[in-house]
Amino acid sequence: MAPPLITTTTISLLFSLHSFSSSLIPKTTPRIAQPLLRFSFLDFLGIFFSLKVESLMRTAVVSGGGGLNSIGSMSTLSSEEKSMVMSSEDSSSYPDEPELELGLGLSLGGGKAKPRPPPAKAAAAGSWDQYARILTAKDFPSMVSTKASSSSSSSSSSPAAKANNNNGSCGTKRTAEPSSPPGRSAVSQVVGWPPIRAYRMNSLVNHAKSPAMEESASAIDKSKGMNLVLDKTNYSSNRNHNVAKERGLVKTSLFIKVNMDGIPIGRKVDLSAHSCYDSLAHTLDHMFKLSAAVGATRSKAEEEVIMGGKRRPPILLDSSSDFVLTYEDKEGDWMLVGDVPWEMFLSSVRRLRIRRTAEVNGLGLMKGTGDS
Amino acid sequence: MNPDPKKSKVLPSNLPNSNGSSHPHSLFPDEVLEKVLSLIDSHKDRNSVSLVCKDWYNAERWTRSNLFIGNCYSVSPEIVARRFAKIKSVRLKGKPRFSDFNMLPRDWGANVHSWLVMFAKAYPFLEELRLKRMTVSDESMELLAKSFPQFRALSLSSCDGFTDDGLKAITTHCGNLTELDIQDSVTVDVGGGWLSCFPENFSSLEILNFSSLNSEVSFEALEKLVSRCRSLRVLKVNENITLDQLQRLLVHAPLLTELSTGSFLQELTPRQYEDIESAFGNSKNLQVLSGLWDATSFYLPVLYGACSGLTFLNLSDAVLQSGELAKLLAHCPNLRRLWVIDTVEDKGLEAVGSSCPLLEELRVFPVDPYDLDHRHGVTEMGFLAVSRGCRKLRYVLYFCRRMTNAAVVTIVQNCPDFTHFRLCIMNPRQPDFLTNEPMDEAFGAVAKNCTKLRRLSVSGLLTDTTFEYIGKYAKNLETLSVAFAGSSDRGMQCVLEGCPKLRKLEIRDCPFGNAALLSGLKKYEMMRSLWMSACNLTMKGCRLLAREMPRLNVEVIKDDGSDEIQADKVYVYRSVAGPRQDAPSVVLTL
Repeated sequence: MAPPLITTTTISLLFSLHSFSSSLIPKTTPRIAQPLLRFSFLDFLGIFFSLKVESLMRTAVVSGGGGLNSIGSMSTLSSEEKSMVMSSEDSSSYPDEPELELGLGLSLGGGKAKPRPPPAKAAAAGSWDQYARILTAKDFPSMVSTKASSSSSSSSSSPAAKANNNNGSCGTKRTAEPSSPPGRSAVSQVVGWPPIRAYRMNSLVNHAKSPAMEESASAIDKSKGMNLVLDKTNYSSNRNHNVAKERGLVKTSLFIKVNMDGIPIGRKVDLSAHSCYDSLAHTLDHMFKLSAAVGATRSKAEEEVIMGGKRRPPILLDSSSDFVLTYEDKEGDWMLVGDVPWEMFLSSVRRLRIRRTAEVNGLGLMKGTGDS
Repeated sequence: MNPDPKKSKVLPSNLPNSNGSSHPHSLFPDEVLEKVLSLIDSHKDRNSVSLVCKDWYNAERWTRSNLFIGNCYSVSPEIVARRFAKIKSVRLKGKPRFSDFNMLPRDWGANVHSWLVMFAKAYPFLEELRLKRMTVSDESMELLAKSFPQFRALSLSSCDGFTDDGLKAITTHCGNLTELDIQDSVTVDVGGGWLSCFPENFSSLEILNFSSLNSEVSFEALEKLVSRCRSLRVLKVNENITLDQLQRLLVHAPLLTELSTGSFLQELTPRQYEDIESAFGNSKNLQVLSGLWDATSFYLPVLYGACSGLTFLNLSDAVLQSGELAKLLAHCPNLRRLWVIDTVEDKGLEAVGSSCPLLEELRVFPVDPYDLDHRHGVTEMGFLAVSRGCRKLRYVLYFCRRMTNAAVVTIVQNCPDFTHFRLCIMNPRQPDFLTNEPMDEAFGAVAKNCTKLRRLSVSGLLTDTTFEYIGKYAKNLETLSVAFAGSSDRGMQCVLEGCPKLRKLEIRDCPFGNAALLSGLKKYEMMRSLWMSACNLTMKGCRLLAREMPRLNVEVIKDDGSDEIQADKVYVYRSVAGPRQDAPSVVLTL
């Protein structure tokens, strides 16, 4: 029985209210006193539809919210989601549904959605401390050590400090702190195990190769296709990064070289420590001291004041500045940084170059307005 | 100085005539004593000498020129300056070893600056400084560069806190520098400008190691430097140096004894390939080889010409398969030390067993410490294979996911000379793979058979029985590392009571509590340090220890969100300098 379209919204509003109240599991909360008659019909509908909503939500979230439109507005849905989250926190037997967890994470924008890591370990472990590892309870038959490793941080390596960016959307103002993220209900974390020196860990992460890559690399060796080997090595470190992300694991370093025109010595920057172009541009600015070179038109204090309101873009992303940030992609072409979504950029960038605007003309790069 | 009349009676008659001495009662003239003592280098021997009597104490302190301090907080710079007058070379160690695994807060301490200030005043003729696990700021490096005109050698192992600016100060101002050795630096992006700051006429460098600094340096400056420094014998470059660049460096420095290459993967023309091959072929003096990032079976053969004299091959940055390793090892008959990654698997280790009969040290590192890709790595079979072929094995560090008691028992029967046995079964509390029993018998066999054992790291499922064995048999044990092991306080007590030479004890995640801690009350002053983290210690127990033993520093590091009762990380060490003043707020000194 399909409800008429006009009444769909009213029904949805009503049962969303109902499912909100009914999904609060503690039975001690007194039911809202309502006339029995009026609610009995809606009760029935509510139960029917709330069940449907739950199942729809799960599928919808995974499929990107396509099926939600028929049910109601996003705002009501988000309050439902929140109630789901609240109830999940109350109940200790939260269902292990990876899709739902991911969905919550994305839509709540910024929460590390209290992950119960899937048995395939280390869901978000790598994201905030590259040396921590989440082991599930089965790995510890007896004692479990829950160590917030906040006091331990790798000495000065930025990846560990900033590697909070599991869901790298720019809108999330996630502060990069080495301290333990709030609400972390990881089953157990083992810092410093296995006991491998930080230096070697860095090195391993930077050179991660998948077995497939190695086999193909050695196969190709035999045919002496050196081009391919070279590409595959670069590609494999990117690929591992993306593969890792797909599994919900992040190998937290993606160091790429950055060169600047006129400076013979290049630097390296860890892209996985950034979640958007802005923060990357600021880091490069500091690294190469670009603000100082340009003769800082605004002081740092000024910048902070402007922060809340309209902000001027960082020098490297400002099309009217003297410097342009470009990158070489997988195909070997030089592109302007900032045109593609951040994730796409991460997967295709090979190295960066800061060029002076004057030299960029004639390179055939896409340029915005405000040529100098 | 009261003469001791008893002394003259016990001395043999062939002593030198004491008539020429300035102290009529002493039997050795001071000059002779000082001359003899100046030939003694070992700091342990010197410490013993200084305990004989007051004369000898003074003679020793006037003649000591090499200073070794194993824990920088065990003594203060002022005390050192008062005692020793003529120090030329210093070795200082700072943080406890577990700082390597990120278990210490970033600002924990071990800053070298106060030491340098004292050295600048007391030892202006300082020549060498070797630091391990210390924080060295740029300011400290500048002070170092400008205060010691004869400064020659700087070695930083696992140090942090410095940037390009600090290194620039060193390279600019230390005109007599022979050694700049930076190992395992955890400071990620230091910048590479320092290499270009060596003066134009600078040519004294003998040792240069920047393999762990991953910023680019100017190759032009490096090439010029290498060609100027005719005495260069150790060159360890970082990954950014390409193969053809390496070839040019090798041509300039054919006398190298130690080399760490850059990236070993590059598109080379056949001509370039030949060139690098012959460059290696001409490096007949190479004894130590490392680096080899991204090495593949296509490029490894260029090395073969240099391998015949190799004694130490460090492949811990080269992800190799068993076949590649086997082929390479066939060219290295004189290998004494080998470090590999576990991608070579058991098959590769079989090749080690058959190709390297002189092997004394083997380290196998995991490529996948968190088991993300579910790689096999090495098992007990590989270790067995090595032990069968390499009977002289004395140092092993072995990361694996599978081990059996029977295998370890056989291994130590094959190789009874182990001095360092570090076995890391990567899954905590994992039992014997075949029998599912605890690994007690394995480490028991190690303790029993290896009478020369000085360092032991245990892992796997272990009960107190293991520690009973260790306490009973491992009489030469100096360093013990324990993780996720033991069943009760008794385990730790057995070790503390039984191992007379124990100096360093590191424990994490074990069920040892206050009773165990306090059972070692008298012992800790004879040890360098004790570390216990994630055990069952409480603040009360630690305070009691601190009260009873005033010459121990008992430091507790608080973790975020822990209560006031548990003592999460405890670091206990002996000190004549009293509690330290530079501890950050998370460190409580009791």
